Amino acid sequence: MVFIESIGGVVVGTVTHIVKVTTLLVETVFWALVGPFKGKFPKIRAIYDQMVFSGLQSFVITFFVAFFTGIVIAMQSAYQLGKLGATIYVAAMVSVSMARELGPVLTALVVAGRVGAAITAELGSMKVSEQIEALQTMALNPIRYLVVPRFLALIVMLPCLTILSDLIGIGGGYLVGVFNLGLNPDRYIDFSFQFMVWKDVYTGLIKSFVFAMIISLIGCYMGLNTRGGAEGVGRATTLSVVTSFILIILFDCILTGIFYFSNM
Amino acid sequence: MEKGEPIIKVEGLKKKFGDRWVLNGVNLEIYKGETFVIMGGSGCGKSTLLRHLTGAIKPDEGKVYLFGKDIATLNEDEMDAIRKKFGMAFQSAALFDSLNVGDNVSLPLREHTKLGKSVVDIMVKMKLELVGLRGFEALMPSQLSGGMKKRVGIARAVAMDPEIVFYDEPTAGLDPIVTAVMDKLILDLSKTLSVTSVVVTHDMNSVFRIADRVLMLYEGKVAEIGTREEIRKSKNPFVQQFVSGSPDGPIRFFQQKDDYLESLTK
Repeated sequence: MVFIESIGGVVVGTVTHIVKVTTLLVETVFWALVGPFKGKFPKIRAIYDQMVFSGLQSFVITFFVAFFTGIVIAMQSAYQLGKLGATIYVAAMVSVSMARELGPVLTALVVAGRVGAAITAELGSMKVSEQIEALQTMALNPIRYLVVPRFLALIVMLPCLTILSDLIGIGGGYLVGVFNLGLNPDRYIDFSFQFMVWKDVYTGLIKSFVFAMIISLIGCYMGLNTRGGAEGVGRATTLSVVTSFILIILFDCILTGIFYFSNM
Repeated sequence: MEKGEPIIKVEGLKKKFGDRWVLNGVNLEIYKGETFVIMGGSGCGKSTLLRHLTGAIKPDEGKVYLFGKDIATLNEDEMDAIRKKFGMAFQSAALFDSLNVGDNVSLPLREHTKLGKSVVDIMVKMKLELVGLRGFEALMPSQLSGGMKKRVGIARAVAMDPEIVFYDEPTAGLDPIVTAVMDKLILDLSKTLSVTSVVVTHDMNSVFRIADRVLMLYEGKVAEIGTREEIRKSKNPFVQQFVSGSPDGPIRFFQQKDDYLESLTK
């Protein structure tokens, strides 16, 4: 009986969270799209600041992750393809797996750890020190002022980072292919882009767009619902990163399934 | 004191947190221009009552009227229109960490008015002058002391020239001199800006310095309501104990001794 009750509790809790996050998404999109027609424009300055923080300043960490991933895939696939005497296909292996899968997912995970955590910690501290309530009392909507700039900045910057990460990964593979496997540089580049079709790129970008929504919404939701002082902020931040990670992998699976079965 | 339509009216307000009725049937009326103090011990529900008056919490039962309107029935836009007519000074000041003092005070002006930058700058200087902090515009909140933060919070609360200002524990955690300065500040603001002030506090010295009328809250109910002289002379044992600050009386701080041994050995 207790067992069933606790399962029921978990289900009800999860559904409540899903409903609330969806409501936050709807309100955010409302303020981003409909707000301007009511003369309530998003703050350009705030969006710019968030873009610098979540995009530009995430570049270094994205660079290292993509670069080394590119090197690793090149070495691992050379190990297999070498047995078939098809080492040149390392180029295609690296470029397609970066564009379809590793570029979007690894970038999203890195950004969830860096930006998602920062969003929750900042909004959570504002919540526990009454700053969110102060905004409301001044008739300033927290979703418009805090959530919309972070949401817009991420859905623009994460796909940009993903494109860069794809290219950097290919660069990492290039180093292995040319200097270690002794492949012809021009042929390597040819093979990289010959096998990568348009679909590989745009499915990757659709994924990163969805991941950006997940990171910003979960980050803001956890932040705005923080309770219980400094400890609460720590708990919310951990929960935000963990939830984002799980949702990113889950939606990666769902989207890959959709692209795979629909032959998009 | 001129009467007329109350600017704030609360009818049968009840609020439950978990299993506990934090507010259990509160009625009050606050009139234009008066300084109304809500006092009571820690955890008696006075901050919760204040947050009902600002619309931050919705009542479980009962009604809250601001400027004659039942705030539970208003939509977001109508509520925002009401919010622009009052200011709130928070207990922790709640200044925005990312903005300097000047930007904190000017935020509502920049967002809700079409005033030019030079006019806003002048208004910020005037508001900071009111709280004795002119020239501190460029400092960040983290560089201020607790009392200074609270004063900036007050300057921000009156930035829009509100008709009502709410103060949540304006003197908590301040030394006696700063406390007296804060009390004088609240009185001056009430006079110079002719605003209605609603102050939540448990500091009896403050109560007798600033209050026109006082409400004593005990266990979610109104224990007594009256002018400060009526409160001072009140025969109500709860009020007497609170005013004199005595550990013995009807307000129990310690639990009953009877079950002490039992709870130790349980």
